Amino acid sequence: MPRRHVSSPVNLPPFQQLLDDYGRDVHRFLSATVGRTDADDCYQETWVAALRAYPKLRDASNLRSWIFTVAHRKAIDHVRSRRRAPVLAGNVPETADRRASPLEEPDEGLWSLVRELPTKQRTALALRYVADAGYDEISAVMGTSEDAARRNVHEALKRLRMEYEQ
Amino acid sequence: MSISDQIERALRQSAPMPAQDPPDLIAAASAAGLLDVAYATLDSPVGKLLLAVTPRGLVRLAYLEGGEDEADVLEQLATKVSPRVLAAPARLDDPRRELDQYFAGRRRDFDLPLDWQLTRGFARRVLEATSRIPYGSTTTYKSVAAEAGNERAFRAAGNALGSNPIPIIVPCHRILHSGGGLGGYTGGLDRKRVLLAVEGATAG
Repeated sequence: MPRRHVSSPVNLPPFQQLLDDYGRDVHRFLSATVGRTDADDCYQETWVAALRAYPKLRDASNLRSWIFTVAHRKAIDHVRSRRRAPVLAGNVPETADRRASPLEEPDEGLWSLVRELPTKQRTALALRYVADAGYDEISAVMGTSEDAARRNVHEALKRLRMEYEQ
Repeated sequence: MSISDQIERALRQSAPMPAQDPPDLIAAASAAGLLDVAYATLDSPVGKLLLAVTPRGLVRLAYLEGGEDEADVLEQLATKVSPRVLAAPARLDDPRRELDQYFAGRRRDFDLPLDWQLTRGFARRVLEATSRIPYGSTTTYKSVAAEAGNERAFRAAGNALGSNPIPIIVPCHRILHSGGGLGGYTGGLDRKRVLLAVEGATAG
């Protein structure tokens, strides 16, 4: 009989455990990348997408990286759709109270500058300083090499330093 | 401290904190048809219980005090039913209310859909026969085995009852030894006595 490849069954923990372990970090990560106002929507989208894909997951060895990868993708989708959305004058009154400008969130200080950085750098910073991720995890989440992850963080810090010194 | 260090420190300290707690996922998960197993824990006169429902009905009730470990029960549900297991207390309002009424002596029959998927074969037939034993009455392992189609398999029936995934609701506490002895119970004999007392049934 031909030997069949039997994939070892992955022991997926109850989904609630991921939510308990990483929910807050994911929420903070999204607040840092897409802003507080839109973080809730992105958070919902992230976890519903994760819940949908979860039973088919073939590798449960790093669920934290996995959920941050999903969150990272949702944040990118979100930024793209915001960019594509036409800015109509008629929309302003309706959204004015929801979309606070960086100036209206003064306590975030430095982070309002971070939001002006290129997406890759912003994401790398959020992973490193909000989610406390190492370069290995940043590279896994962003699908880059570890060197690139390091570069993204260093570039971002360099830019912030320039802003700071001005 | 260099400027870089200061920046790194400031990034950590001033990271934007979300304005509020993360939003609840249950409504969104449920609307997307992804809430495979919803669970909650509750306090009862027989100690802390864990309840779990699927879209089909109540699938599990576990005794957590001196019984099973919550994490183990959830892992078992993740493996045997679906890994999409979420805490969703509001989804368990019906069973919670019916259990409260039962313990207060105000309910004789549970009116809850059951999901039998954690048992099959003879064990399932034994438990289905058990669910037909009326409130306040008792029967024997032998007669429930007979009811399930094999009178001589009373030991197997005992095993099936011992691993009843939905005790109380599927009233395995109503089954006693032929000689009048209490027999065994998945949650310990003290609980069996309490349940029989709630129902006003006399046990040996």
